Amino acid sequence: MTLTRFVTKSAFRNKRRSILTVLSITFSLLLLTLMMTVWRTFYIDTFSAESAQRLITRHRVSLTESMPSFYRAKIRTIPGVVAVAPNNWFGGIYKDDKPENMFAQFGTDPDEILKIYTDFKIPADQVLAWQRDRAGAIVDVDLAKKYGWKLGDRIVFKGTIYPVDLELTIRGIYAGPEPTNSVYFNQTYVEEAVPFAKGRVGTFSILADSPGSVPKVASAVDDTFRNSPEPTKTESEKAFQLSFINSIGNVKAFILSICFAVLFATLLVSATTMAMSIRERTREVAVLKTLGFTRQSVLKLYIGEAVLVALTGGALGCLLAIGLVSALAHAPGMSFFFSGMKVAPPTLLLSIFVAGMVGFLSAIFPAYHAAKIDIVEGLRHIG
Amino acid sequence: MAIPISYNIRNLKLRKGLTIMTALGIALTVTTAVFLMALLAGLNKAFKSSGDPINVLVMRKGSTAELSGGFDGNLFPTLKTLPGIAKDPQGEPIASAEWVVVVVLPRKDGTGEVNVSVRGLMPAGLTLRPGAKLIEGRWFTPGQREVVVGNSIHNRFSGANVGDTLDFAKGQWKVVGVFDSGGTAYDSEIWGDVNQIATDFDRQGGYGSAYLRATDAIAADALKHRVSDDQRLKLEGTLETEYYEKQTSSGGAIKFIGTFVAIIMAIGSSFAAMNTMYAAVAYRSREIATLRIIGFSRPSILTSFVIEALLLSLLGAIVGIVLILPFNGMSTGIGNSLTFSETVFSLHLTWAVGLAAVGFALIMGLLGGFAPAWHAARQDILTSLRA
Repeated sequence: MTLTRFVTKSAFRNKRRSILTVLSITFSLLLLTLMMTVWRTFYIDTFSAESAQRLITRHRVSLTESMPSFYRAKIRTIPGVVAVAPNNWFGGIYKDDKPENMFAQFGTDPDEILKIYTDFKIPADQVLAWQRDRAGAIVDVDLAKKYGWKLGDRIVFKGTIYPVDLELTIRGIYAGPEPTNSVYFNQTYVEEAVPFAKGRVGTFSILADSPGSVPKVASAVDDTFRNSPEPTKTESEKAFQLSFINSIGNVKAFILSICFAVLFATLLVSATTMAMSIRERTREVAVLKTLGFTRQSVLKLYIGEAVLVALTGGALGCLLAIGLVSALAHAPGMSFFFSGMKVAPPTLLLSIFVAGMVGFLSAIFPAYHAAKIDIVEGLRHIG
Repeated sequence: MAIPISYNIRNLKLRKGLTIMTALGIALTVTTAVFLMALLAGLNKAFKSSGDPINVLVMRKGSTAELSGGFDGNLFPTLKTLPGIAKDPQGEPIASAEWVVVVVLPRKDGTGEVNVSVRGLMPAGLTLRPGAKLIEGRWFTPGQREVVVGNSIHNRFSGANVGDTLDFAKGQWKVVGVFDSGGTAYDSEIWGDVNQIATDFDRQGGYGSAYLRATDAIAADALKHRVSDDQRLKLEGTLETEYYEKQTSSGGAIKFIGTFVAIIMAIGSSFAAMNTMYAAVAYRSREIATLRIIGFSRPSILTSFVIEALLLSLLGAIVGIVLILPFNGMSTGIGNSLTFSETVFSLHLTWAVGLAAVGFALIMGLLGGFAPAWHAARQDILTSLRA
């Protein structure tokens, strides 16, 4: 019998206990992996190469204020700007005002918006059809799937900000690099129906000539309008999106505290099990030592055993997390939080490492205690 | 005959280390669950207690939030003449036309900028919000660039003390007072004169919303319908309480994630509790057999072990609630999808939350304790005695 086999055998000698411990660790690590994935997606992941080249300009005061549309021509003249298009949040109601039926509708310029969002995949003939129809719209592929929309379908949005109901015809279906849950239509529709919407723009999307020139363009845009009555704030697309996540609350502290609670709980569970299991085998340790096992090798045996159990739980937890994340990413209604989320390999490695550490830390004290015992005392020990 | 509970308590005491570790594991799960429940309770409190049942909020038809409103200023005098509106001592109807705008302020702790609602109101707007009490300084003077700030704003943002100036829109505003509205959504707002705000945000000639104070609850309901049914106005009335109730949905994300996290943690803890209870049963198998011989029945053994598991989880629940106590009242902000700004609310540990936590822990204990207890009750007496 090799040493590895001995460790494996003794790790699962009490099957029920080992399975329960593994399961307990599995669920904890599942949660931990999930939380780390959320963290990674929000704060570490860089967006696509195309996204790194984009900027968003908004009114300095807040996102809810609009800017004059002539800003667009001025932004266009700034060196480093390749294209610029307006985005107007329509905030319309589709069907009813239930949260699951909430998605974004943007009024824009069909001639230029797709030159900025170069990563949207859409057939050229559909783009042409959209540009020709003033009451046309292009819709996100996931949204089209959810509502069963097809090309040529009519969709109606009840206005909340603007006193007009939009009646749009779907001219194109696009697929972004990640689900956008958005509908784009021609802004002139709203401008012609609502006088106060004329000449006002919510945000501008800008494409810079390279990711490197993004900071330069951002400050150049803001400098242009610094002393006007309506100054702007320009930031990279990622920074802009992060400001939405931060508005949910202090997400970072929230995730961190959950992670710590889970980690500590896992450590407790694992330590309890190891303490139980090692104490039961006091006599066995004495026998091992009689046979010539050194204190160190006894220590190694027990720690190896705990690490094995924890790693099994960790691996199962990671597998479950992968499944759960992909289920959540495609679940309807969850799209805002989990869209495009994937468990990254480094996150998995970290989870497995954490599981191993939990096993190690939980076994070190009871194992040390066991390895230290006096042979005669140990042999006399009654379970 | 039932086995006395003191037997279980003594057993838990005997194996102190194991009991404490398992209870702590349950406690951590309970703490997480209580934290999330208290957060939601605080959020509900901030929105549910906001709004007065006799105030009618008037917005343009189709608007879902004060921010997305906007109606002709000439309609306001017509609104004021509607029957059912309470009168002040001078005989003037208590009605206030208002604007709500959003500005960006830097956080005190330097962790970035936050959207904050600024409300422009008429002097009557203060009369119809008796819940808002001045705690420092004085109210703003109409026609001046003066503002009063809600208590949460005062605590969370720099430059929001009496005598300071806030910089937004077209210039500086003097902070002349701090008000407290008892933890409602108003505490996250800045109030100033409606005309000053309208000028600064280029919104003269109209109003975003109007508030009418009805004489009583029945009049409020009638007034609400009168506004909505008047074809000339193209406006819609809602009770202020209904309006705020709708905003509690901004806690949806926390609710979903909270439930999700709590359930997964509970599953993990149940397995751990099960482990402990199985160990307890294995350790005492001879004892159990003896009890059976003395005459205790299988059901009483089963009950006894389930009770022991429940006691263990109850201990966990108590520790868990105690762990969360220092955080009670701690405040945090949440983005509101209707107002585009941050509403501050505090962690609110209510009796309901405490009871729910205990229930939650007991379910964990039951899940973890039943199988081992069943196992204990089914043990063969002779085999156990020989072990």
